[in-house]
Amino acid sequence: MKFDTPATSNPIDQLKVVGHPVDRIDGPRKTTGTAPYAYERHDVARNQAYGHVLGAGIGKGRVTAMDTAAARAAPGVVAIVTTLDMPRLEKGPRNTASLFGGPDVQHYHQAIAVVVAETFEQARDAAAMIRVEYARQPGRFDLAAEGPKAQLASAESGEGGAAPQEDRTGDFEGAFARAPVKLDETYTTPDESHAMMEPHATIAAWDGETLTLWTSNQMIAWGRTDVAKTLGIPEENVRLDSPFIGGGFGGKLFLRADAVLAALGAKAARRPVKLALARPLMANNTTHRPATIQRIRIGAQPDGRITAIAHESLSGDLEGGGPETAVAQTKLLYAGANRLTAMRLAVLDLPEGNAMRAPGEAPGLMALEVAMDEMAERLGIDPIAFRVVNDTQVDPEAPDRPFSQRQLIECLRTGAERFGWSRRSATPGQRREGRWLVGMGVAAGFRNNLVMASGARVRLDGSGGVTVETDMTDIGTGSYTIIAQTAAEMMGVPLDRVTVRLGDSSFPVSAGSGGQWGGNSSTAGVYAACVKLREAVAQRLGFNSAEAVFADGEVRAGNHSAPLGQAAGADGMVAEDTIEYGDLAKRYQQSTFAGHFVEVGVDAATGETRVRRMLAVCAAGRILNPKSARSQVIGAMTMGVGAALMEELAVDKRHGFFVNHDLAGYEVPVHADIPHQEVIFLDEVDPISSPMKAKGVGELGICGVGAAVANAMYNATGVRLRDYPMTLDKMIDRLPQVV
Amino acid sequence: MRPFTYERARSPAEAATAVARQPDSKFIAGGTNLLDLMKLQIETPAHLIDVNGLGLDRIEATPEGGLRIGALVRNTSLAADERVRRDYGVLARALLAGASGQLRNKATTAGNLLQRTRCPYFYGTAQPCNKRQPGSGCAAIGGVTRQLGVIGTSEACIATHPSDMAVAMRALDAVVETIRADGTARRIPIAEFHRLPGETPHIETAMARDEFITAVTLPPPIGGRHVYRKVRDRASYAFALVSVAAVVQRDGTGRVALGGVAHKPWRVEAAEAELPRGAKQAMAAILDGAQPTHDNAFKVTLAERTLASVLAEARG
Ligand SMILES: Cc1cc2nc3c(=O)[nH]c(=O)nc-3n(C[C@H](O)[C@H](O)[C@H](O)COP(=O)(O)OP(=O)(O)OC[C@H]3O[C@@H](n4cnc5c(N)ncnc54)[C@H](O)[C@@H]3O)c2cc1C
Ligand code: SF4
Repeated sequence: MKFDTPATSNPIDQLKVVGHPVDRIDGPRKTTGTAPYAYERHDVARNQAYGHVLGAGIGKGRVTAMDTAAARAAPGVVAIVTTLDMPRLEKGPRNTASLFGGPDVQHYHQAIAVVVAETFEQARDAAAMIRVEYARQPGRFDLAAEGPKAQLASAESGEGGAAPQEDRTGDFEGAFARAPVKLDETYTTPDESHAMMEPHATIAAWDGETLTLWTSNQMIAWGRTDVAKTLGIPEENVRLDSPFIGGGFGGKLFLRADAVLAALGAKAARRPVKLALARPLMANNTTHRPATIQRIRIGAQPDGRITAIAHESLSGDLEGGGPETAVAQTKLLYAGANRLTAMRLAVLDLPEGNAMRAPGEAPGLMALEVAMDEMAERLGIDPIAFRVVNDTQVDPEAPDRPFSQRQLIECLRTGAERFGWSRRSATPGQRREGRWLVGMGVAAGFRNNLVMASGARVRLDGSGGVTVETDMTDIGTGSYTIIAQTAAEMMGVPLDRVTVRLGDSSFPVSAGSGGQWGGNSSTAGVYAACVKLREAVAQRLGFNSAEAVFADGEVRAGNHSAPLGQAAGADGMVAEDTIEYGDLAKRYQQSTFAGHFVEVGVDAATGETRVRRMLAVCAAGRILNPKSARSQVIGAMTMGVGAALMEELAVDKRHGFFVNHDLAGYEVPVHADIPHQEVIFLDEVDPISSPMKAKGVGELGICGVGAAVANAMYNATGVRLRDYPMTLDKMIDRLPQVV
Repeated sequence: MRPFTYERARSPAEAATAVARQPDSKFIAGGTNLLDLMKLQIETPAHLIDVNGLGLDRIEATPEGGLRIGALVRNTSLAADERVRRDYGVLARALLAGASGQLRNKATTAGNLLQRTRCPYFYGTAQPCNKRQPGSGCAAIGGVTRQLGVIGTSEACIATHPSDMAVAMRALDAVVETIRADGTARRIPIAEFHRLPGETPHIETAMARDEFITAVTLPPPIGGRHVYRKVRDRASYAFALVSVAAVVQRDGTGRVALGGVAHKPWRVEAAEAELPRGAKQAMAAILDGAQPTHDNAFKVTLAERTLASVLAEARG
């Protein structure tokens, strides 16, 4: 189905099942531990051996020798494959660093061996017996130091948020010079880790030349092509299966060493191999959100109207990598005739940077929305009023492109009322409760709505049961449930008559889970397949398909009605289709919006910041399931608090690695950090976006949160921080004396 | 994790004898620290002696009016004990500020005292570390040191001792009771129990290899206001950047021990005379001679400000 004109009314609009806060249909299996994750699929292949991956102990250089004698002789060892056994493997287009093979070490903990043994402990133990000799080379590990050598970058980050080279509208420099009120500040964000619960894990089994990978991957079709490319085998010979995924946040968008080394280990061992990347490898072996250094300049008239806005961002990556697209939102969020955005990319020898939840906007808004707060203060205007003055209903770089929907002002106003914004003192450092300096902050949330082609197959059986098959993944987001709701709505059956099967590369290729495109696009694909199935059913029953109503497990047309299953008969029926998008995304700017409100307490003596309450008001198209959408948003808000206050991969700039490579050293928020969260979804349907009229929310929830925390901290203390995470050491010298 | 053999000891003396007999052996109590380290091969015992079944899980009153805490008393039970909460509040609060509920259910009094540093380079097994591999060098110095020590450090090691419990025990002048394979028992004041790193950071305590902790005793209660303030980057489940254990009397005198700043719980008795004059003077004396790194210099300011806040709380 081609979607190239705005949606008109369709069966989804009935909202009998879609739009209801139903529980996750996979919930009971998750909570009873019977939803098996990749590493737990004990029954999919007999005689599984255990693999353990060894990572390089240097940041850059070469492996000159590996002594595996002791490891090979260790109890239980079945096979060892080292990086010296083969030339550097090919790599798929989505990987920057090589995943295995050859002597070169491009980054710390790059995989250099896999040990396969009868037990997990034996494999891990033997891996530690491998003696490795290295020739170290000096590396580039310090973003700020490499900044002057950075090149202008164009961005195709792989997960959207693209922005071309240096982008200019009007005359930024001239307008900025003339602006009566201005700001020119630099903000930094650190490298961050996805830190999801389930590590990268795979069971691999060969059957002759065909390879099956039971794995944990967000993008099945990408994974399949990249496995084939990396191992040099035909794509048809590869099957991926990933029905349950314990979180990804972008860390599992791409093929990683777990899948490649499970496959190589299984080949060498001549039996199935399961392995998971040990927690320390997650930071340095896999991808991370790259650090940024962002300069923002804003010029405005005394009435608050922005006349000049510039956002330039520097980030680093391995040779051949891409930039963090941190300027993406600045192209679209506020009006202003004279604009400049640019990204620079430095070559670093740190592990590969890549997408993490809301790549681009998440760190970009951490800078832009603090700059907006600072600017509002310089102008003497309330931060919400300042944003309202600069609202735009069209793409400011291309004014003939309207936003499909844009309710930023409503988000901010609704939030202000619900949060009690009027009680905030415009002068910082005014409110004290016992030990705590208390402040409120606001930030706009913004994330583009990306659409991706997505396919699905829908089966109908003789009893009226519906089964959906698509390689879409559920990374804890609720895909199973919203897909079931979509099929139930379309086919007129109760939710419990729908079975959803996901994550298998033998199913139709879907949008996958990334860039908050998954919910809208994958359900639109299911919609398309259901439209086809409905037509086939009507035809088989001899009904006029335009008239046919699918409800209560029946099909009705005029005076006739028949049970749905009757059409399917004993053999069942099946329909398959893919939703494909035309140029609506070019003609309209599709984005999602939020108002983020945060209240913090800052300990007046120690500078410890604790969030007291948070509110997000979101305008993101039709909300397919308010319960799972809320879960996504509060999870993202929590991650935003982490980014604001504690998350940082600490770089050892001498040796080139992230030092705090476990969950004790890389702190993320715990329950005690998140006392009270509220989420409001504004009523919105967006017919430009898809037949579902929905958009993404899973990333919107993090976009702007960090800045709202920063602004609240400023409001509490009068200390302005521009370097994340905003830990107490960065302000302790600037806090008032303790009495 | 290296393969290891395992036995259950039936008495403290037997435990000590077993460890003496086998050079590569270690006691295991809750296992919450030892097992993590074994998985990373930072600890590589060939034999484990399980000391959980020795009946050392009671808290008893001493004839002097103090408390004798069995070595195997769990952190949860110790924090919940009525006498501890009433008379040694600083200890109960320190315990509850540590780790998580699940870990405290497992963690024992002796194991907590003997837990090893959280220096990130100690865990980065590809890095040199004098504590992990004597003589290999210290990767932390010149590296990422925000969490590390500011006082009593050496050129060989700048790590800190991560325990909260031990900081409170230092303020309370606890005494560690031990027994050796040859049957000799001793009482080690907590001040002498943990060592500074010097040139041998791998030697962390005054204990001999075959020495087994049987109990920790607390002297009779000293009254006063008991405060434990742990400063950290998140609200729970994080090690201290700086912590302050204080017992403050009505007249403003008192005791102060610090966590997160040194290789041992840090207390300078002589400096406590400054307490009535305020946090600034007292902390200047307590941290006299501090040699922080660029990354952790904030701890000096933070310790002073935290003490000021603690004293205010104790007075209030
Ligand atoms: C995620 C995490 C977070 C944590 N956070 C904190 C925190 O915030 N604050 C804090 O203070 N602690 C924290 N801890 C550490 C925790 O308190 C210790 O792991 C625990 O106290 C160790 O006790 P255990 O009984 O499990 O010791 P084990 O791991 O069994 O043993 C530790 C050591 O003590 C030795 N040992 C044990 N018993 C005896 C004995 N009777 N005589 C001689 N030697 C003995 C063992 O041989 C071993 O070397 C944390 C731990 C984890 C894993
Ligand atoms: S500070 Fe101590 S524990 Fe840390 S690396 Fe240096 S020697 Fe090892």
